[in-house]
Amino acid sequence: MSAERLLAAGVAAAAEAVREGRVSARELVEVALARCGEDAHGALLHVDAEGARAAADAVAAARRAGGAPGALAGVPLAIKDNLCTRGVPTTAATRLLEGWVPPYDATVVARLREAGAVIVAKANLDELAMGSSSETSAFGPVRNPLDPSRVPGGSSGGSAAAVAAGMTPGALGSDTGGSVRQPAAFCGVVGLKPTYGRVSRRGLVAFASSFDVVGPIARTVRDTARLLGVMAGPDPEDATSADAPVEAYEAAAEEGVSTLRVGVLRASLDAAEPGVAARVVESLGRLVSAGATLVDVDLPHADRALSAYYLLAPAEASSNLARLDGMRFGPRASAPDLRGTHEATRAGFGAEVKRRILLGTYALRAGYRDQLYGRAQRVRTRVARDYEEAFARCHVVAGPTAPTVAFPLGAHAGDPMAMYQADLETLPASLAGLPALSVPAGAAEDGLPAGLQLVAPAFAERRLFAAGAVAHPT
Amino acid sequence: MTRFEAVIGLEVHAQLSTRTKLFCGCSTAYGAAPNTQVCPTCLGLPGALPAPNAAAIALAARAGFALGCTVARQTRFDRKSYFYPDLPKGYQISQLALPLNEGGGLTVQLPEGERRVRLTRIHVEEDAAKSAHDAASGATLVDFNRAGVPLVEIVSEPDLRSPDEAEAYLRQLRDVLLFAGVSDGNLEEGSFRCDANVSIRPLGSETLGTRVELKNINSFRFVRDALAYEIRRQEAVVRGGGEVVRETRSWNPERGESASMRGKEDAEDYRYFPDPDLPPLALDDAWLAAREAEVPELPTALRARFARDLGMTAEDARVLGAHPALARYVEDAARTLAAEADLPLGAAGKKMANVVQAELLRDVTLHGHEASFPVSAAALAALLALVEAGTINGKIAKAVLPVMRDEGLTAAAVVARDGLAQVSDTGAIDALVAEVVAAHPAQVAQYRSGKRAVFGFFMGQVMKRSQGKANPGAVKEALTAQLAQE
Repeated sequence: MSAERLLAAGVAAAAEAVREGRVSARELVEVALARCGEDAHGALLHVDAEGARAAADAVAAARRAGGAPGALAGVPLAIKDNLCTRGVPTTAATRLLEGWVPPYDATVVARLREAGAVIVAKANLDELAMGSSSETSAFGPVRNPLDPSRVPGGSSGGSAAAVAAGMTPGALGSDTGGSVRQPAAFCGVVGLKPTYGRVSRRGLVAFASSFDVVGPIARTVRDTARLLGVMAGPDPEDATSADAPVEAYEAAAEEGVSTLRVGVLRASLDAAEPGVAARVVESLGRLVSAGATLVDVDLPHADRALSAYYLLAPAEASSNLARLDGMRFGPRASAPDLRGTHEATRAGFGAEVKRRILLGTYALRAGYRDQLYGRAQRVRTRVARDYEEAFARCHVVAGPTAPTVAFPLGAHAGDPMAMYQADLETLPASLAGLPALSVPAGAAEDGLPAGLQLVAPAFAERRLFAAGAVAHPT
Repeated sequence: MTRFEAVIGLEVHAQLSTRTKLFCGCSTAYGAAPNTQVCPTCLGLPGALPAPNAAAIALAARAGFALGCTVARQTRFDRKSYFYPDLPKGYQISQLALPLNEGGGLTVQLPEGERRVRLTRIHVEEDAAKSAHDAASGATLVDFNRAGVPLVEIVSEPDLRSPDEAEAYLRQLRDVLLFAGVSDGNLEEGSFRCDANVSIRPLGSETLGTRVELKNINSFRFVRDALAYEIRRQEAVVRGGGEVVRETRSWNPERGESASMRGKEDAEDYRYFPDPDLPPLALDDAWLAAREAEVPELPTALRARFARDLGMTAEDARVLGAHPALARYVEDAARTLAAEADLPLGAAGKKMANVVQAELLRDVTLHGHEASFPVSAAALAALLALVEAGTINGKIAKAVLPVMRDEGLTAAAVVARDGLAQVSDTGAIDALVAEVVAAHPAQVAQYRSGKRAVFGFFMGQVMKRSQGKANPGAVKEALTAQLAQE
């Protein structure tokens, strides 16, 4: 098989070919670099050709020296540009990090490299991962490779677009309120938000620390599972990372669903566009054909998830972004005094980021903290309890990843509330810290893909891969 | 004229004596070149996360037990937000709602008696960086070596009534932390710093006046001076018919006065909220019991015991019980001497206290929790045991000590090598005395005419001829006998 065909075949196929010597890491990387070089969708912010070639040659050298090739040997990947890459610019698509070169690799990036993966590019995103369309990037919007007049979703729109356009067989995104799952659905690829704590956050430019999770994007469920297997595991440098054992995720994709009970969110299907709802129902039908049973479930507090999320996440963000002050890294505006310097520097944030910083600062004001932040935390607890009750009746909860297909660029310009609605279906699992997988469900409105979202109890990612592989056969 | 009473509460920041910082593995060693003990975490680089240092939490809990606090089973870190170039993340990781230690107190020994000072809380937090203004360039320079160094903030209730009391409290607090191994209390290196809340009220009143916060009072003298200044200032305001304004003032030690930093209306809203990067810490009973068991004998008890059991005066106990390593040394030496010379502990302690203060203390260097001594406690005890055994006299012992120090020899080795053993042989001493008496007929005549003070001259001459080795008792006896002969 040619390097082109192997890349198209996906992460696992490419890695096996490298391991067996049927293709060299360098050949794969050259194809990926050529495709990245043609990026017509604004998916990438930086292509690291030199670093990628060196990494590919190192994989080849290790193989010649008789070393055991890793699970991702020679596989070219794109990394969302809010994950630190040592020696490679990391901007998080904000002017305030323009030109910044991290002195360290994010833990997940280091783990990918150790497994033989080759980082070829940094993917575009909404500024600081704040957005649902990848339009707020300070360096220009990302377009959906399936229809360039549409958004790819966000905030991991560049990562999803890179995979959908075949630049790389896999990519990393980050998911705070749906930022891996929703773009995966809009671009017709597979995206996983792992359980909170399953994957280290060290080196992820923080947006909302109690929600942020790094997640893989690929074209198949099996590839997504393989990426998670490399990324997952405790990290002594992330106090919120979990000790739970890393399981055989890839094998789970072969297990089938004969004993699986699937809880269906009827209300979410009713709220979705008809085409989206129809494709999701068809996906559920594939699960039933394979032996699964369906039950209706409900998340009674899900309607409050949006308002709770848009208090809690901005509150954390307002604090996390305080370090972007131009003092130690990034551009610094000049002003006669300290306050002026801070203000002029931070004026470089885009409108959406400013809106969220203001919202979050307001939510944490003395005297209002309990009324706003405290109440939102209580909603979060209730949503988690809703899931617990649902999981008493089923193994996974299923519904549409987003109520619509990808919308046109500019559709929600000037209407943040409309934009926030795009996260409606993904937010509850984020509030509860649960693992959630989006798999393509087929062409819906305007021929654009719908996504099926599956949510499992904490650390039950294997169930997602088992169900996802049946719902989205490849 | 109305008489006023001052009401003072102190907030002390003490650096925990850990090898590494609170949330990263960088060294806390003092005095390194600027910005050499830094990493992504303590520089607050994007993506960096805090990982709590268990040793720091353990020391802070030990401090809580040493000061009688209730140590929490559930504790949590909060973020305190403000913008300043020396605060890398734009927030400080501190504790608000669930501090590690609450309650407790310290009984302060004062000349006029004791005063119980209650503590509100002792919480754990990270230090900020250190900024310095460079006059040449007009730039502010920041050294992040100190950013992330672990601190405890010890907040007292407003139970102090005068600058002297405040100073006594601070000194005693520092001693407790030093003896507990929690903090080295080094003011010069910034590991022990203090802010004060001060108000005044008419003597006899129970209500609290408007309080002023005083910052930057980082020496015991500054604390006394700054508080005295502030109390006088507030009294003058009130006597002048004015009202004390709630504000934060900074002490300027060069000018001996304070200046307003900010008023109540400019008070910052720190927007505290639980740090989502740090899950709450659950401390179990076994862990807490282990921390409690680590609390050693504290300075007040130790000094009382030195006076009671080691034959020391209160002043001896204060001087030798000023530092844990010194106290340990003196006690080890005294116990060894008591055992080797078969002396009661009180007698050995008294002798040791005298020798250490007269001959050794000037050569002892104290730094942090460590001390270095010119000779070991065992070697010093062996030297004094030779005196007790009559092998050498006290004067020789004094001369032997520096040789031991310089050449690293035991007392016995120095005495043997240099032939310093005391001469107690009466025949030899009689001969020496006879020589001296024969050589000084004039003084002999004076003595015999009743000028007894000249006896000391003869003692000196005989000791000199013996090169200090003669047993002074035996010399005295022989001299008395020979001078009496007409």
